[in-house]
Amino acid sequence: MTERKPEQRVVDPEYLILEAPRERKFITGSQAFAEAIKRANVDIAIAYPITPQSETMHLVGDLYAQGYVKDYYRAEEEYGAMSAIAGAVRGGARAFSATSGPGLLRGLEAIVSWPGHRRPAVLGVMTRVVNAPLSIQPDNVEISYLLNCGMIVLHAENQQDVFDFTLAGFVISEKVDVYIPVAVCTEGFFVTHAKGYVDLPPEDMKLPPRDPYKAPVPPTDCEIPPARIQRDAPVQKSNFMSYLIHAVWQQEIWSANNRARKWIKHYLGGLVEVVNPDAEVFIVASGCAAAQGREAQRYAEMEGLNVGLVKVKSIRPFPAQEIREVLKKAKAVIVPEHNIVGWLAKEVKAVIPNSGIVVDGPRVYGGMTLPVELIMEKIYEAFGVKKAKKTVV
Amino acid sequence: MGLEYVRISPGFEKYMPRDYVDLVKFGQFGREVDVMQLGQFKELVEEHPMCAGCYMAYFIRIFYAALPKPEDTIVLGTAGCARLALSQAAVPFIYGNYGDTNAVASGLKRALSIRFPDKDKDVVVIAGDGGLMDIGFGMTMHSWFRGEKFTTIMVDNEVYGNTGGQESGMSPKGVQLKMAPLGKKFDKINAVQLAIDAGCVYVAKISPTNPKKIAKVVRRAIFAARKFGPTFIHAYTSCNIEYSIPTREVLADARKREKEDFKFFEWMTDEVKEYLEEIERKEKERKKQEVKS
Repeated sequence: MTERKPEQRVVDPEYLILEAPRERKFITGSQAFAEAIKRANVDIAIAYPITPQSETMHLVGDLYAQGYVKDYYRAEEEYGAMSAIAGAVRGGARAFSATSGPGLLRGLEAIVSWPGHRRPAVLGVMTRVVNAPLSIQPDNVEISYLLNCGMIVLHAENQQDVFDFTLAGFVISEKVDVYIPVAVCTEGFFVTHAKGYVDLPPEDMKLPPRDPYKAPVPPTDCEIPPARIQRDAPVQKSNFMSYLIHAVWQQEIWSANNRARKWIKHYLGGLVEVVNPDAEVFIVASGCAAAQGREAQRYAEMEGLNVGLVKVKSIRPFPAQEIREVLKKAKAVIVPEHNIVGWLAKEVKAVIPNSGIVVDGPRVYGGMTLPVELIMEKIYEAFGVKKAKKTVV
Repeated sequence: MGLEYVRISPGFEKYMPRDYVDLVKFGQFGREVDVMQLGQFKELVEEHPMCAGCYMAYFIRIFYAALPKPEDTIVLGTAGCARLALSQAAVPFIYGNYGDTNAVASGLKRALSIRFPDKDKDVVVIAGDGGLMDIGFGMTMHSWFRGEKFTTIMVDNEVYGNTGGQESGMSPKGVQLKMAPLGKKFDKINAVQLAIDAGCVYVAKISPTNPKKIAKVVRRAIFAARKFGPTFIHAYTSCNIEYSIPTREVLADARKREKEDFKFFEWMTDEVKEYLEEIERKEKERKKQEVKS
């Protein structure tokens, strides 16, 4: 086998993420994931096919063939893939995997144990329908299953976000005061298979390798003490000590999740992005719905309606304070979503004192697109504007 | 580093727990022990909450004494009885989710190979019949298909002991257990044949009646996994509770099964055979030298 070693030099994460010159490329969301992995100094990537995620892991496989990623294999199924990720990260490696919809749910038992085991890693989640009847189309209900496990959940609006969130994801995940995994979610097809402009730092630069000893919980590699982990195994018993140990440990996971806020602000410019903060009516949205919300905000402005946008980049930790502050004087809040349950609307309602101002929807699901017109209808309703319905023949 | 990490920093001996000091001074780290000298050295596992007369606990005790390099060994387990003892040994232990051992071990072994390409880091899975042949079946098989370089040991008590005695795929046909109220309706899975067909390079089946033999099999499986690929040991470790075996008859039961369906069986590839013979020849020579000097 020939030595595969692309010429890349290690640079400071601050430089690579925040300062390095960037060049604009027109690429798909899958390519944006791969471009981030190329620069992330990943040791091992573990793949399992599921549409629409597969293309990303094909591209990561190419990176392995070119020597950018040190090890790579196609796992037996998602539970196996996500368990192997846990093993690799525990062994001190930097690891990446990605999945979609039913694959995410199949891997969920393993994934939701990553935070508790303090396993820093990045997981790409390219959303698709999970519930019957079967469909491979985008629908992001699966994100709601990730919200209570302690991991950091970022939701990318477009290809640029995918790149930025993934690359910064590794750095945030491995911060000593965080040290929990990061999910980078985005809508399958709408983002993964469509092209957008992405500003990329040079490809001959990469993050420093993972230092597994810079950690609140050490790796399992027989290189650091102590040799005897426990004389007794209290966590496995039904007694007060086991309840207490579990409780304080989980409190620490959620504190770690909370401590990620400052790093998300530092590397990604905040947990939210606000357009027109003095608006009367707000659209609060994440992922692809934020892109459509952005368009609706622009239309409304053209029509002289004072509408703002809050794009939620980080679902966990949730920007409760930021949202409460922006919505203080809002008279209505529209939450467009790509799922039937409205998980984001529930989150927003839970953090403001006057949840009655939240409009449930518009929601599309099962793979439907989210036309800007649907959001506009809600905006007109909020302002009491009567519009004759246009019939397109 | 290996050995270095178990050593106590100078000046700290008096602050470390007695148990830890004994492990370093009189334990197995950095030296090979003879299992026949159990009781004459500080063992890696001593206390455990397993049932009185548990044959699995006995097997685990011998397993730890047999480790060729405990300071560079990581053990993985899953839900079940074995992990009650495994988690209290002086060897790093990973307890993941249900039946995930062979997937976690795959990732772990690969990470260690990337980070320490010139070192032997032994990864050993010890899980039950339920963990490896039922809930974790796919991951067990695929770790073998992929040729992952670690050892899998199935401690087969033919029942889900820890959850209260339910039928497993390894329970013998006809046995009445919980969740098999009319008796088990299909045969014990032929795990050994599956292991051979799936690409294990060393496979053994044993009813652990002879500690020397257990130690030999464990060491062979670990040595072969370092160099060639997956290795598998199928050990009969009866559940005296669920199968109502009186404590004093546990060994007799193991001997009986050894004559029946747990006859000693060992299979390995030609290159493994050659490699092990070479190692064992050198070991013998070294021991001769030691006796002489």
